[in-house]
Amino acid sequence: MSAIRVPIVEKIFDANDQIAHQNKQLMAQNHVYAINIMASPGAGKTSFILQTIKHLQSEFKIGVIEGDTAAVTIDADKVAAAGMPAVQINTGGECHLDASMISNALPQLPLDELDLVIVENVGNLICPAAFDLGTTINLLVASVPEGDDKPYKYPNIYRGLNVLVINKTDLKPYVQFDMDYFTRGVQLLNPGLTTFPVSCRTGEGIAPWIEWLKAEILASRQG
Amino acid sequence: MHELSVTESILSIASEYAQKAEAKKVTDIHLVIGRLSSIVDDSVQFYWDFVAEDSICRGAKLHFERIPAMLKCQDCDFTYEITERLTPCPKCGGYNTAIVSGEEFYLDSIEIEKEEVKNP
Repeated sequence: MSAIRVPIVEKIFDANDQIAHQNKQLMAQNHVYAINIMASPGAGKTSFILQTIKHLQSEFKIGVIEGDTAAVTIDADKVAAAGMPAVQINTGGECHLDASMISNALPQLPLDELDLVIVENVGNLICPAAFDLGTTINLLVASVPEGDDKPYKYPNIYRGLNVLVINKTDLKPYVQFDMDYFTRGVQLLNPGLTTFPVSCRTGEGIAPWIEWLKAEILASRQG
Repeated sequence: MHELSVTESILSIASEYAQKAEAKKVTDIHLVIGRLSSIVDDSVQFYWDFVAEDSICRGAKLHFERIPAMLKCQDCDFTYEITERLTPCPKCGGYNTAIVSGEEFYLDSIEIEKEEVKNP
C-alpha cells in the first residue's frame, strides 16, 4: 500500500451552485424575474410577499414557491387565496431551501406565463445564506423588533444580498433600535446595499419598493 | 444546522476524486474553512462518521484549516482581524471596509491508499 495526496480544491457548495445556475438559465429563458426572500422567523416575510403581490398583480403575473420546514400549508394557503399559483416545498425539517428543491418546484409553475416568481425561504438567518437558488436577486426582510445588532451577529446573510427590507418601522417608538448602528453594520458587509424601510402593517414605505421592483422587472426584459 | 447537507457534499466530492485516482481507501480529508463561513467543525465531524460509513471514505480523518477573518479599511488601508464581532476600522474608525479573507469553504485535498502496482 502507498499513501498519496490528491489535490482537489473544490468548493463544497459547487454542486448546489451548478444547479442554481441551471435554475437561473431556465428562468431567463422564460423571461421570469425571481426573488429569494430570506428572514428570521416572524420578521414578516409572508406579509411582505402579500403586500408585494397586492401592488403588482394587476400588471404582472406572479408565482410563489413556499419553503416550509413542516407540512403546514398556512403560508401557501394565504398566497393561494390571493389567487397566485403557489408551490409548497416541505423541507422535512431542513433549515434552508437549496437549488435542487427549486429546480424540482419550477416545473410545477406555469413559467412561460409568469413575469415574477417569489421564493419564500425558510425562516433562518444562517443556513439560507450558504445556498444560492439561482434567483435574479436575494432579498432579506429584517425587522425592527429583532434588534439593531443582527448584521454584526449574522454577517453571512448580509454578504450576498441585493436588497434589504427593514420591516415593522411602525414599532420604532416602542423598541430600542438604533438605525444608524444597524445600517453601519450593513455597510461593513455590503456597501451601498439597496435598502427599503417599510411597515407591512401600515403600508408605509411599500411604494418605493414597488416602484424599484417594477423598474427592475422591466429592465431585465430588455437585457 | 445545514452541516448534514454540507457533510454529504464533502463525501460526494471526496469519493468522486478517490475513485478517479483508483484509491483503495481514503485516509485523510483536508478542509479549508474561513471563520466567517457559518460552518461548525464539530457538527461536520459528528455527521461524518454516519455519512461516510458505507463508503470509500469510511474511517477517514477530517482536518480543518481555519482561515482568519481579515478586513481591510478602504480609507486608511489598515488590515485587521475580526475574532469575535464585526467592528469598524480600529485605526481610523471607518466603516468603509472590504473582506479580505474568511469566507473560504472548500475541500483542499485528500490522502488515499492504493494497491502497490508491481513493476514487471
